[in-house]
Amino acid sequence: MRRPSWGAILLGLAPFVATCFSVSLWDRIDPIVLGLPFNFFWLILWILITPLFLWGAYRLESPRDPVPPRRSSDEGGPL
Amino acid sequence: MTPSAIALTIIFSIVGVGSFIGFYAGSRHKMDLEQWTVGGRGFGTVLMWLLMAGEVYTTFTFLGASGWAYSKGGPALYILGYQPLAFLVSFYILPLVWEVGKKYQLQTQADFFLARYGSKHLAAFVALVGVIFIVPYLQLQLTGLGIIVEVASFGGIGRTPAMLCAFTLVAAFVFVSGVRGVAWVSVLKDVLLLFAAVFVGIALPYIYFGGIGPMFAAVIHAKPDHLLMPGATKNLGHSWYVSSVLLTALGFFMWPQNFGASYTAKSGDTLRRNAVVMPLYSITMPLMLFVGLTAFLVLPGLNNGDLSLLTLVRKTFPPWFLGLIGGAGALTAMVPSAILILTAATLFAKNICRAIFAPNMTDRGVALLARVMVLVVTAAALFSAIHSSASLVSLLLVGYAGVAQFFPGVVLGLFSRRVTMPGVFAGLVAGIALLAFLMLSNRDPYFGVNAGFIALCVNFAVTGIVSYLTPTEPYRFNEMPAASM
Repeated sequence: MRRPSWGAILLGLAPFVATCFSVSLWDRIDPIVLGLPFNFFWLILWILITPLFLWGAYRLESPRDPVPPRRSSDEGGPL
Repeated sequence: MTPSAIALTIIFSIVGVGSFIGFYAGSRHKMDLEQWTVGGRGFGTVLMWLLMAGEVYTTFTFLGASGWAYSKGGPALYILGYQPLAFLVSFYILPLVWEVGKKYQLQTQADFFLARYGSKHLAAFVALVGVIFIVPYLQLQLTGLGIIVEVASFGGIGRTPAMLCAFTLVAAFVFVSGVRGVAWVSVLKDVLLLFAAVFVGIALPYIYFGGIGPMFAAVIHAKPDHLLMPGATKNLGHSWYVSSVLLTALGFFMWPQNFGASYTAKSGDTLRRNAVVMPLYSITMPLMLFVGLTAFLVLPGLNNGDLSLLTLVRKTFPPWFLGLIGGAGALTAMVPSAILILTAATLFAKNICRAIFAPNMTDRGVALLARVMVLVVTAAALFSAIHSSASLVSLLLVGYAGVAQFFPGVVLGLFSRRVTMPGVFAGLVAGIALLAFLMLSNRDPYFGVNAGFIALCVNFAVTGIVSYLTPTEPYRFNEMPAASM
């Protein structure tokens, strides 16, 4: 199948880095932001901004959609 | 009326209205197998979104998340971490799954494996593993329902009779309406849940502490470590967080019901747009954690954290309000249960019974058998719910660890030409076997890492190595011309 573009993949990796792999950097109480401990604030912030990254990825991906229909031989290009 | 009578009357009215919508929505369509399982493949963004939300926001959202914030503290943050990432993963995978589903007229997750790898035994194994891990998830919903009725009746009605009643009703409407009925009950459920979550999540910290900020200040004053990982636990630290978030984010759409839901969409683009906005729905989750933390200070010493939200609501508000929250909670258990039962029954009838034992069965026969399986699956989950006392989150994590093992087969199946049927089969067997060993010998987490994640890594490695050692197979997704794109 058609693989997502590198730009879209990078946009998708950013939230993974920010909320998963970097946990030891943000899992702390200070600074308190808007009354929330920093770890709570950070994850809530990313709930709100992850859609922006996906929207960016959508802008990159949807023009590549096979509408109008392509020939079946075009599909699932090489890996 | 006594407080418990008021609360229970409201709960049962809400459940009654929900069930009526379920029966009514289904009754307007002729129920063949295609309509019953994938709603005739005609769900647009709105109905699709409702169905997905119906599957995503379950009793776990409502009671389990607050329960973990109460009893474990910091590790509950994994819930905020994984949800947006799960939708993010779906953005890249589901549109392709949909394309394949459309092209080959697929109805279940196991059908996907059959179409890609051409082995009915692999497909039947996938179906079997799916059904097995649906049971703990279903058990989670049942236990949640039992908790709701128990708390709302002030202990007057036991969990077992409550679970029995509720599930008779769920099984009945799945039986009659199929997936379309479920999607429409989701509307009522989501409106109620959203209202309940926002109100309770803001009101409870405000009533006891004067706001969310002061509530956190009080927790920091009393026990700051509760807000950090590993919180009140010994072994759920950062490595557990990373491995669990990865496992659940990758595993989320490997749930047979979530995977199958993508077939109900009108187009792949519907799914992509859906994925962009879905993370916003997770905004109710922090509110549930706030409730759990409020209860941590106000009601210390509950022996079951999953009771914390409802017990706090009961302590704070009049009985009718407890009824409203309980009713919303009951629907959030019933809607996902209906979907789980429907999925398990179809997998069992179509991909196991017909594929392996009765190849001549007609679609009508499968539809009939699937409906019989509705009762069997429900009874299995009911049985394990009555005989177990696991917390809601731990049940969920067991299910995730199991279904995440499908990830290599799905993703490599979509993007790699080199992956082979024996590779995927061997990887899946290795992953499930290792998982069973680690869990049954109480080694989860293993050296601070989620056991399911370890099994997933081994699964990937075995899939890769065996695929490399076996001869290349034809890439089946190119064989047939597109039906209509």
